[in-house]
Amino acid sequence: MNALSRRALLATSLAFGLGAGAAQAADLKVGLSVSLSGPNSSLGVPYSKGMQAAVAYKPEINGRKVQLIVLDDNSDPTTAGRNARKLIEEEKVDVIMGTSGVPAAIAMAQVAAETSTPFIGLTPIALKGKELDWTVTVAQPTQLMVDAVVDRMKKANTKTVAYIGFSDAWGDLVYDALMQATQKAGIKVVTNERYARADQSVTGQVLKIIATHPDAVMTGGAGTPGALPYITLAERGYKGPIYGQHGLINADFVRVGGQAAAGTQVPTGPIIVAEQLPDGYPTKKVSMDFRNVFQKVNNAPTTDAFSAYSFDGYLVFADAAARAMAATKTEPGTPAFRVALRDAIMTTKEVVGVHGVYNFKKGDLYGVDERARVIVKLENGQWKLVP
Amino acid sequence: MTWDVALILGIDGMANGSVYLLAGLGLVLIFSVTRVVFVPFGDVAAFSALSLAAFETGKQPATIGLVLTLAALATIAEVVSLVRRGEAAGIPKAILGWGVLPALPCALAWLVAGRQLPHVVFILAAILLVVPITPLVARLALQPIADASTLVLLIASLALHFLLSGLGLLFFGPEGSRTAPLAEGSLSIGGFSVSGQVLLMVGAAIVLSGLFFLAFERTAVGKALRATAVNRVGARLVGIRPARTALLAYTFASVLAGFIGVLVAPATTMYYDSGFLIGLKAFVAAIIGGLVSYPLTALGALAVGIVESFGSFWSGALKDVIVFSLLIPVLMLRSAMTKHPEEEVEEIDQ
Repeated sequence: MNALSRRALLATSLAFGLGAGAAQAADLKVGLSVSLSGPNSSLGVPYSKGMQAAVAYKPEINGRKVQLIVLDDNSDPTTAGRNARKLIEEEKVDVIMGTSGVPAAIAMAQVAAETSTPFIGLTPIALKGKELDWTVTVAQPTQLMVDAVVDRMKKANTKTVAYIGFSDAWGDLVYDALMQATQKAGIKVVTNERYARADQSVTGQVLKIIATHPDAVMTGGAGTPGALPYITLAERGYKGPIYGQHGLINADFVRVGGQAAAGTQVPTGPIIVAEQLPDGYPTKKVSMDFRNVFQKVNNAPTTDAFSAYSFDGYLVFADAAARAMAATKTEPGTPAFRVALRDAIMTTKEVVGVHGVYNFKKGDLYGVDERARVIVKLENGQWKLVP
Repeated sequence: MTWDVALILGIDGMANGSVYLLAGLGLVLIFSVTRVVFVPFGDVAAFSALSLAAFETGKQPATIGLVLTLAALATIAEVVSLVRRGEAAGIPKAILGWGVLPALPCALAWLVAGRQLPHVVFILAAILLVVPITPLVARLALQPIADASTLVLLIASLALHFLLSGLGLLFFGPEGSRTAPLAEGSLSIGGFSVSGQVLLMVGAAIVLSGLFFLAFERTAVGKALRATAVNRVGARLVGIRPARTALLAYTFASVLAGFIGVLVAPATTMYYDSGFLIGLKAFVAAIIGGLVSYPLTALGALAVGIVESFGSFWSGALKDVIVFSLLIPVLMLRSAMTKHPEEEVEEIDQ
């Protein structure tokens, strides 16, 4: 230990010893509300781990320490909204982030707009009007992802595609994106079959799909229930290509889908196949850093896309906070700083994360472009990059 | 719709229907003997499926801990009630019956978990492991209020469902599992192939319901169950103990649930909460049977399976609506056919 750091240590311990030392600058506070329990905990737990890794990766911004406060929303939108209020009013955080599930994220965005606090969403989200002023999200919009799939279909000379998806908002979202993309590409969508997450069988729907003899099938499911159409299509002898979307990037989907899901092509953020990316890929270096720091903090490798969204959310915040503090001289913990931070987030330029490169502007929730998606193929239970 | 499609849908419906049939039999059995609509029935089936999946992946199923905890609680409850009644002599027997007996399948499960054994051993262990769950939860939650009104019993059983499915989420996580197929290959009938799994499901339903029929018609235990179902007070008068028959009914139903779990797990992805939907559809079948008739319940179960299968072809999104709206004509018919009694008098036997 050299003299300088020893003195720094002494100074900090003194400052802590004397309580809030008058000269001590306020820490930056990040509030995270995620689902650590309840049905969404398979997403929420990685979100939280990714955020821990991010804070370990950049524990200080412009010499200010960052404090992370994590609350559990029990996978419940109402609790998510209450958590957001608690973080802002009691903990006086500078930014809130969260959470799994669109309704819960919307609840947080509403509180953010009401209390004038920046909100960085970690999931896709749908907002209108005033709430847009305080919210951005690091997730890729569904349209961007589905466009990439339809691109592949066009390259494979597909003329007709059958659709089967969840009978809920996710199924609708993927279907709408598919319709929009295929219209431009001149591909015909021949079915719109739906099933519920808890369904035992999709034989009826699959028979209808096979009756239309489509060139390809697109699925709009997520997680393990997303594997059901794959298994039934294989059982019924369907041989054509099957495409999916990023909801299927999940170890349990691979486990349950087994041989039936082999060869499916889905879009995803580049972090999933970081090692396989070409060296010049913009997100490769940060991705490898993320892998390392995550391994160090959590003693386990990353296997999911969710922890990576947290990491990116934090990087966007860190970049904006550095600029806000340098430009406006406002103190963290004050309303003035929150406004400055918001303005800085809304002018984010080329911040390189692990899921993509972020450029935010006011009135637009999403900040990623084509660099935030790659197409991967399931081979022998592993996702392989398809260039 | 061509004949091919209709045939495939029909067979798929039969396979689902045979699962609902077994579940329906279990529901009717429990209801007729105890007046409890046993909502957690499906959860027990899901536990058996997920325990089997855990065995297959070489893990200890968390069900072991659940059974042991329930057994400990039930033993305590039993011992306390014996002491209160001044029948301390019965304590060793209570410990043996409520504590040691349920622990046996746990020991078996603990022994086979994580080993390379034939698949059939795992299936057996999974079924045996869930058998104590129903009698134990019933002893803890339902037996103390056995004489309450049907509505109170229903509410208690609904609460049990939420408890068990919550525990299921805790034990097995939110993602589902699928187990290895029980029967490989397929059978070709007139140029049309039926998978072995479907044959097995239908076959198991036929064999198990046949065994049920024989047990009810030919054995003293079956007759005691029927007697309790017909009239609890009367059965008591001729020396049948309702608590004992209820315990038997719960155990039989638990065995059925265990079979359902291992039968559906290879054909569909099972989640911690997928048992509820199976139970709900079996309930529709049981309602068609008026919650008393086994043959009508069996027919109703097949009808539910087939309507579900065709419904999913016509409109995947509205499939469940179509299945549950089956209830409306059935209830109207039943209501028109029965003579309404003046006022139903609850028989209370203290």
